[in-house]
Amino acid sequence: MRAAYLFLAPGFILFTLVILYPIVRAFEISLFNWSLVPGTASKFLGLHNYGRALHDPIFWRALVNTGFYMVVTVPGQIVLGLAVAVLLDARMPGRGVFRTIYYVPVVTSWVVVSLLFQYLFITDGGLVNWILHDNLHLVGHNINWLGARWTAMLSLSILGIWKGIGWAMVIFLAALQGVPVELKEAAAVDGAKAWARFRAVSLPAIWPVVAFVTVMLVIGSFNVFISVFLMTKGGPLDETQVLLTYMYRWAFSYLDFGYGSAISFILTLIVFVLALGQLRLFRRPSEATR
Amino acid sequence: MVVGSVRRARTLMGARLALLTAGAVVLVLPFAYMLATSFKPNALVLQIPVRFLPDHPSTLNYTDAWTSNEFGHYFLNSVFVAIVTTAAAVLLSAMMAYPLARFRFPGRSLAFGLILVGLMVPGMMMLIPQFLLAKQLMLLNSLWGLIVFYTGANLALNTFLLRSFFMGIPHELEEAMVVDGGGPWTRFWRLILPLSRPALAVVAIFTFLASWDEFTWALTIINDPSKYTLPIAIALFQGQHTTSWGLVFAASVIAIGPVILIFAIFQRQFVAGITTGAVKA
Repeated sequence: MRAAYLFLAPGFILFTLVILYPIVRAFEISLFNWSLVPGTASKFLGLHNYGRALHDPIFWRALVNTGFYMVVTVPGQIVLGLAVAVLLDARMPGRGVFRTIYYVPVVTSWVVVSLLFQYLFITDGGLVNWILHDNLHLVGHNINWLGARWTAMLSLSILGIWKGIGWAMVIFLAALQGVPVELKEAAAVDGAKAWARFRAVSLPAIWPVVAFVTVMLVIGSFNVFISVFLMTKGGPLDETQVLLTYMYRWAFSYLDFGYGSAISFILTLIVFVLALGQLRLFRRPSEATR
Repeated sequence: MVVGSVRRARTLMGARLALLTAGAVVLVLPFAYMLATSFKPNALVLQIPVRFLPDHPSTLNYTDAWTSNEFGHYFLNSVFVAIVTTAAAVLLSAMMAYPLARFRFPGRSLAFGLILVGLMVPGMMMLIPQFLLAKQLMLLNSLWGLIVFYTGANLALNTFLLRSFFMGIPHELEEAMVVDGGGPWTRFWRLILPLSRPALAVVAIFTFLASWDEFTWALTIINDPSKYTLPIAIALFQGQHTTSWGLVFAASVIAIGPVILIFAIFQRQFVAGITTGAVKA
């Protein structure tokens, strides 16, 4: 039995020091006007930093922008990821190749893809405007994608979807392959149309996986940071701040650690409430009626 | 009628392949453009009208990035950090997962519960206190500051994955070793670890890529350019030379090369790792 603790100790001590202790500390710091100067006392403010956030219009804008990013990227990744998984759920030539290609953006670093998309969305000389304006003539002039709030949020969301489809696809594909072939075939013999068959047979079978993917993607969308930080820096004029870029600004540009911690703590609370809410929502009908 | 259904199946397969190909092209296009741009001499990178392929491809950006812009040095920093982190995180999490999977002891559920907490809390929430901690520990501006915190940050997920794998190893094998007088340490090294190679590969790959790609923590604690890792070196370089896209993308290709290589080799382990917990839970 002593052996158990000896095995556990080295990792757990490190885990406590660099993960658990900072979690508790984040809340503590958020209650202070934190002083960075050694020897000077930090002033206890109670929940003042939280009240400050609620009266801060840019905090609300960052929250709305984060919400926009979630509302666009989560369904986008689920619908497209599921569509690709359904298409790949068959014997076909080149299946492994397709799976690899769709997954490559997932393993590529956020830094690289953010800079790449910044380049693609450049107003004059960017590939996106070149395709939309010069080739397809869909727009009358070159759009300044990253220069205004909603087009910038849309560009960031497109990057989020592009990068995440592969992740959803891999999980959905594994789930679909777990659906018994007899079930799918029985429905095929019944002559059910493909879409009706999918809704009646495959979708219920993979429902828990859909729930899992949704919860993970919602959490992930609230953690959007690197792409915004690199592509718009929250600008122009804080128009495209999301919660984490705003937190980072307060903490590491203005060195107001108390307010920064309060913002990140609010983010964590939102993520937990959303995750719990979804888990209730996604309970299967049979369980919900019990 | 049979002929008709065969033809129909062929048409459906054709439609499947066409849709998948169209999607794949959209996904790959940005990468292709990045690659093409990295071979364009810098002056021509933002030419109007846009030319997708370079007129006079040159490897100048690569030699420039690697030598005069020190990306070779940053590459080595990244390699060092990622390898040490991976070794430490895999060993420590395997040691944590073993008693959690196999032993009964007071505090086991508490320890596992705390690991789950670490798994769920967004990493960015800890950024400020971690920064203060790193300052106290004199780990600012040091590659060890990256290694210590990356290792800690990867423990929860690794322990979670390894624990579920260890639980699947038949108890009879361990009991046979107990009969032969093998203590817990012997069983761990001689039995559990060798039998868990696939799972160890999964967590090793995940840890390596997570530390290879990590940006925010490195940006926060590293100021000294000689300590840059690739992600912050690329981002900061772009911030200072906003028009040197050819160089930025040459450095980016250097940075994602190993990732694509590792992914191509270990694809099956990847899929196994990602779907554990999602599909089996």
